[in-house]
Amino acid sequence: MESVAVSVLAAAVTAGTPILYATLGELFAERAGVLNLGVEGMMLVGAVSGLIVTVHSSNHWLGLLAAMVAGGLMALIHAVLTVSLRANQVVSGLALTIFGTGLSAYLGKNMIGIPVPSPFESFELGFLSHIPLIGKILFQHDVLVYLTYLLVPFYWYYLYQTPSGLNLRAAGENPGATDAAGLNVNRIRYSAVCLGGVLAGIGGAYLSLAYAPSWLENMTAGRGWIAVALVIFATWDPLRAMLGAYLFGGIEALGFRLQAVGITVSPFYLKMLPYLFTILVLILVTSSNRRLRVGAPAALGLPFEREER
Amino acid sequence: MINSWLANRFGLRVEKQIHVSPWISLFIPFISIVLALLVGAVFLSLTGNDPWKVYGVMFKGAFGSVFGLSECVVNAIPLLMTGLAVALAFRMLLWNIGAEGQFYMGAFAASWVALSFPHAPAYLVMPGMFLAGFAGGALWGLLPAIPRALLGVNETLTTLMLNYVAILWVDSLVYGHWRDPQGYNFPLTAQFSDAATLPSLGNTRIHAGVFLALAAAVVVHIILKHTVWGYEIRIIGESQKAAKYAGINVVKNILLVMMLSGGLSGLAGYCEVAGITHRLQESISPGYGYTAIIVAWLGKLNPWAIMVVSFLFGGFLVGGYTMQSAGLPAATVSILQGSILFFVLAGEILTRYRICLVERRNDQ
Repeated sequence: MESVAVSVLAAAVTAGTPILYATLGELFAERAGVLNLGVEGMMLVGAVSGLIVTVHSSNHWLGLLAAMVAGGLMALIHAVLTVSLRANQVVSGLALTIFGTGLSAYLGKNMIGIPVPSPFESFELGFLSHIPLIGKILFQHDVLVYLTYLLVPFYWYYLYQTPSGLNLRAAGENPGATDAAGLNVNRIRYSAVCLGGVLAGIGGAYLSLAYAPSWLENMTAGRGWIAVALVIFATWDPLRAMLGAYLFGGIEALGFRLQAVGITVSPFYLKMLPYLFTILVLILVTSSNRRLRVGAPAALGLPFEREER
Repeated sequence: MINSWLANRFGLRVEKQIHVSPWISLFIPFISIVLALLVGAVFLSLTGNDPWKVYGVMFKGAFGSVFGLSECVVNAIPLLMTGLAVALAFRMLLWNIGAEGQFYMGAFAASWVALSFPHAPAYLVMPGMFLAGFAGGALWGLLPAIPRALLGVNETLTTLMLNYVAILWVDSLVYGHWRDPQGYNFPLTAQFSDAATLPSLGNTRIHAGVFLALAAAVVVHIILKHTVWGYEIRIIGESQKAAKYAGINVVKNILLVMMLSGGLSGLAGYCEVAGITHRLQESISPGYGYTAIIVAWLGKLNPWAIMVVSFLFGGFLVGGYTMQSAGLPAATVSILQGSILFFVLAGEILTRYRICLVERRNDQ
């Protein structure tokens, strides 16, 4: 029983990692005041470009780099439309997802069923992996999982303890005051959105190069949207984002596990779980956030028009 | 910053404008489509395809024959209905991204009636399917509307999540106990009785649902332009605060609009099973509910414009199918659709700003 629990928890970490990367990316953009509903599209394009480059170069690091660039470029479209041209952020994000879905299907057309020559493999992380329970759950994964262990604390430190992080948050809370303080709001928003795209690209590449090394059309299966929901769940905080991502990874892992154990629930119902759980979490979190008065960055979703202050 | 640069260099300035000339409103969608096709052509040639050939096949497939044109109409029917559905919600700034799921639930509910009463006469089973289709979509729309109205739960995400749930629900049926035992293990239900199918026009696949879709456009137009309710919807869309001050019941309107929006998508699902497939099956929608978002935005949330745009996008879908059977990359179509929306969004800045000459600077 214990070993089952450990393996489910370990699987939760791997299943949660792509969502975690995407959530951290979206969190970055939203902290700067830009809502990007294109996460799903950016992840898909990241997944397929990472895979294509890895297949051709047999080097998964080059693939990862390609995914980061692709995700960043996708996000750049959103930044141009919403920051410079002040287009509606909701519609622009949706357009990005529709575009990314099509683009990834186009690029991946000849990639279906091709095995990845050198996917990211799991390895034991020295003595850490021998810690009872925790070692098996946390320290027997691939390098991209380990990177998040460093990335999240660093991210948190950046956001709350550095001047640059303060500027980022200021651009999302009160762009007018940020501008008056002599900072370039548009530049902050551009970099935040693009960096968000880079992280979403890694999330996508994690799926196609580590989690299930292959390409399938729409292989993200809504994880990008779950990431957007997780940002709300995390109340725009990176540490809670990590917790949330593993929670969702756990739901996914549990579904697989139940199937493997031979529990006679229709697999379709099990696949519904993450989506239903997201809705439930959104309802619970929204009402409690309201009570606790923690909320979204005040200027989230609003374009900043310098002339209009 | 931009203004001083423009003024010094060219004697021009950018100004906010309030009145938009209708000429610009027509020009933007048109030029967006042209630009998207251009970008698509560059992209196609970069990836080793001949854009002329791809566009040629696409265009001929959709608009090059009577059959092609009739197929455009066939695909425009669900696009029009789901496009109207999301436009209605968008008018109120309710981001209903759930048209896809509402479509599936409408198709499911209508199929349930058709399969439960295989011997019922048309005058009973048809209205039953119609009502069930509407109700299925409406309830699926109401589900996320309740937490949205009462607690402010983000409806973009909840409606989207319910799409996946609805599709999995239909899958569970067509792979499960609704599967036709004589269907050679394909994921589809038994065929509906003749009484439960919509008549087709001549030997095309255009079915009676086309009238329903056109009627839906008229109804949405009347609601929005000629009723108090529509006025309230538009006020809430402009400013929820103002609406509250004016004594408009926002909660009630959110629930009603989401039900009507879901119901329209549900009817689109009903038309698809009753008019085209004559059974419930896996992936009955190639993403109508998502394309509907582009259709609605390109049509400026105006029912008449949405009608024209849905025919055009029906053409895109038909072109995509033709490309698929010709071995060309059908995903080009979704790339084009996405790019069109990008350009429309970028072009909207022209409706909000105008460039004009800097005059009489000395007088200031």
